[in-house]
Amino acid sequence: MAGIPIKIRGLEKRFAANRVLRGVDLDIPAGKVTVLMGANGAGKSTLVKIICGLYAADAGQVELNGKPFAPTTPSEALQAGIVTVHQNINDGVVPDLDVASNLMLDWLANPKSAPVLNPRKIRRSAEEIAAKLGLNFDMNMMVSDLTLADRQLVAIARAMAHAPKLMILDEPTSSLSASEAERLFALVDKLREGGVAILYISHRMSDIRRVADRIVSMRDGTIVGQYETEPLDYEGAVNDMLGHTMTDVNIAVQAPGEKVLELENLQLKPESKPINLTAHRNEVIAITGLVGVGKTQLTEVLFGQLAPAGGTVTLKGKSYTPQSARDAINQGVFLCAKDRGTNGVVQDFDINRNITLPFLSSLSTLGFVRRRSEYRITNEAISKLGIVCQSANDDIGTLSGGNQQKVMVGRWLSHPSDVLILDEPFQGVDIAARRDIGAKLRETAKDRATIVLVAELDEALEIADRILVMAEFTIVGEHKNENVDVDLILEQVSGAAAPQDLQEQKEGAAR
Amino acid sequence: MSETRVNKKSMSLTDYAIRYGFVALLVGLVVYFSVAAEGFASPYSAVFIFQSVAITGILALGVTATLVVDGFDLSIGAVATSALMLSAYVMVVMEQSALVAVVACLLMGALVGLINGFLIVQMRVPDLLATLGMMFLLIGLQRIPTEGRSIATGMSLPDGSTAGGSFSPEFLALGRHRFDFFIDNLIPVSVVFLVVIAIGIWLFLEYTRYGRVMYAIGSNERAASLAGVPVKKYKIIAYMISGVLASVGGILLAARLGRGDIASGNNLLLDSVAAALIGFAVLGAAKPNAFGTAVGALFVGILLQGLTMMNAPYYTQDFVKGGVLVVALMFTFALSNRR
Repeated sequence: MAGIPIKIRGLEKRFAANRVLRGVDLDIPAGKVTVLMGANGAGKSTLVKIICGLYAADAGQVELNGKPFAPTTPSEALQAGIVTVHQNINDGVVPDLDVASNLMLDWLANPKSAPVLNPRKIRRSAEEIAAKLGLNFDMNMMVSDLTLADRQLVAIARAMAHAPKLMILDEPTSSLSASEAERLFALVDKLREGGVAILYISHRMSDIRRVADRIVSMRDGTIVGQYETEPLDYEGAVNDMLGHTMTDVNIAVQAPGEKVLELENLQLKPESKPINLTAHRNEVIAITGLVGVGKTQLTEVLFGQLAPAGGTVTLKGKSYTPQSARDAINQGVFLCAKDRGTNGVVQDFDINRNITLPFLSSLSTLGFVRRRSEYRITNEAISKLGIVCQSANDDIGTLSGGNQQKVMVGRWLSHPSDVLILDEPFQGVDIAARRDIGAKLRETAKDRATIVLVAELDEALEIADRILVMAEFTIVGEHKNENVDVDLILEQVSGAAAPQDLQEQKEGAAR
Repeated sequence: MSETRVNKKSMSLTDYAIRYGFVALLVGLVVYFSVAAEGFASPYSAVFIFQSVAITGILALGVTATLVVDGFDLSIGAVATSALMLSAYVMVVMEQSALVAVVACLLMGALVGLINGFLIVQMRVPDLLATLGMMFLLIGLQRIPTEGRSIATGMSLPDGSTAGGSFSPEFLALGRHRFDFFIDNLIPVSVVFLVVIAIGIWLFLEYTRYGRVMYAIGSNERAASLAGVPVKKYKIIAYMISGVLASVGGILLAARLGRGDIASGNNLLLDSVAAALIGFAVLGAAKPNAFGTAVGALFVGILLQGLTMMNAPYYTQDFVKGGVLVVALMFTFALSNRR
């Protein structure tokens, strides 16, 4: 089964005004692992969804073994030999059935199958499926009793029963431990030997180093780089994916003020290396790094959502161990969380109510909200951030993504804070809104420490006085945002550079 | 009600239908019955309708509080009948005063709400199951002290003695006294309670930060929590409001009946849940709200009173209520979810 089973040409897809895919050309050869890299919103998942029949393309085509292929349903794609293993492991298995039934699920779901079950026969077929991949499961075990890794293997084994031509693995290791991931890689090796074309989507550099035969980088809806000659150029791929095309924003680095927040030997996970970090007033710190390197866990520790595995945090000279979001807010630490749809926006509320939600107690008398005060604050936020709306009473759902994000940022800027943390504040935001938000954050940064967490290097360069790089749940690099050595940052992001002595580096940056 | 504002320019026919459809239906119904049923359009008839919906309306306002935080309380009917039995037990068997009976019922309602909230928030039992379990528990519990019999003055007790207490006149007045309002003896106490509680809950939900925060929890619990809202506390408070209002309903029912009738209050749960859900459709709110709930309760009352006056048989009532509920839910979800 050699050759190139999948050829994608000029694939385009748009959602409303948003062009998610802008002409993707991609070959996926048999017997090789093609790693697809791309930041959030680059279009990876849209591409996968078109290949596996969830979306229809607007233009361009996919060829499967030389024939045009446009599945309209996932089961049609499956019949044609395209198998997808999703990021969310439990999407691929039925926890309340035993292993045998899970492996035979497609047979069970097929209306042409015999109506009466023969347990022995099902078991035998299931064992055959598992044996083909060298897996040895207790067929009577409930899938809910298996580890996540084993569930993942069951899902893959089941998929393999279709003799797939293309297997898509979407961040398959995101919830696995290192040793569990190794079992998965062993299976991937086996599939590769069997001549299956594999499209492997991941952000984890360690995974990519382990499995990749080729790397394809995606950015803004197009393929921007392909690497297939040994040795693979990992930094180049990361560089393509993050696309640090120098931006035209000029940062005048500010002199840091008084010390506000200090992390000492903070450990996010028991086995992770300690983090040391000091944040000052009048300073904007950007923490950059790939998805899943612990940025979000860091915000959770600072916002009382997660207890650190070790180390201490000091806020304004006092020990700081927030127990809840409320606790953190009361102590002057605000978090503008990532994924505003889930973590920030209250869909049923208008702009006004979304903005004032955290501050209602200071805006009410005897429990009754003082309408005039709250509208004053909201209207101020609307004009300060340039939120495009008809009035403060517009439903938040009627606003564009960028404007919704402005509402979220405006919320946390509407009251003074000592530390303002923004996790991916530019997620799903167009360039104009991004500039507005960035400018407003810098403009108001004087009296607080601002910490911005971003996966895209661009965004860090656009906003920060100081850039920290995170990898493997710790900080591996620190750069003053003046004449930044972008290549060094990229090395650190991709984990190529051994974590350097930060002190030395800081001096280097200061020179 | 600023949140129901609809942009003027974008008001299409469907928007009008969503917003005013139910109110139009209500007005149409009143006009129809006034013409078709003799005596419908009179103050006494109006008061009768109010009185008939007062208790379910109060319970429905409690359910509304739990619906606002995206919960549900199925135990309200059982709480009300428990309050009915408890007040009778306190006065008739324990020979205590009306005040003691009322306080005992309110505390019982608050406690049940607290337990419901604890089960849901702390033990993570799904709301429907937790309150359903509580419903069965209370229905069983209220029968134990009297070995399953109704409570009335002079009844014989399990230990062979006779119950000497009685419903005090002050207590009975809660259910039977009528205030003068242009016409002598027009407005029953229960209706006053309904109006006061409805306005109170409306103010609470719309104008206080507590209500605002409860709506935030109902719409996006995680976002509310990350905005610093103590979500668990508010959810428990919602169930306590529901429990207390249900016990108020039970007290009024006891005062009206004048005895601890084991068989009454069977319809309370369904009627009040229906009123709260119909309330979603009023003015196109598409969410639980106090005003809608009150109108929903009134709507059911008008419909049933009208049908009764037109000699529709009693056994068709539940069918009519069910039909109204289904139509109202269709209004709410199919039409307004297009936004």
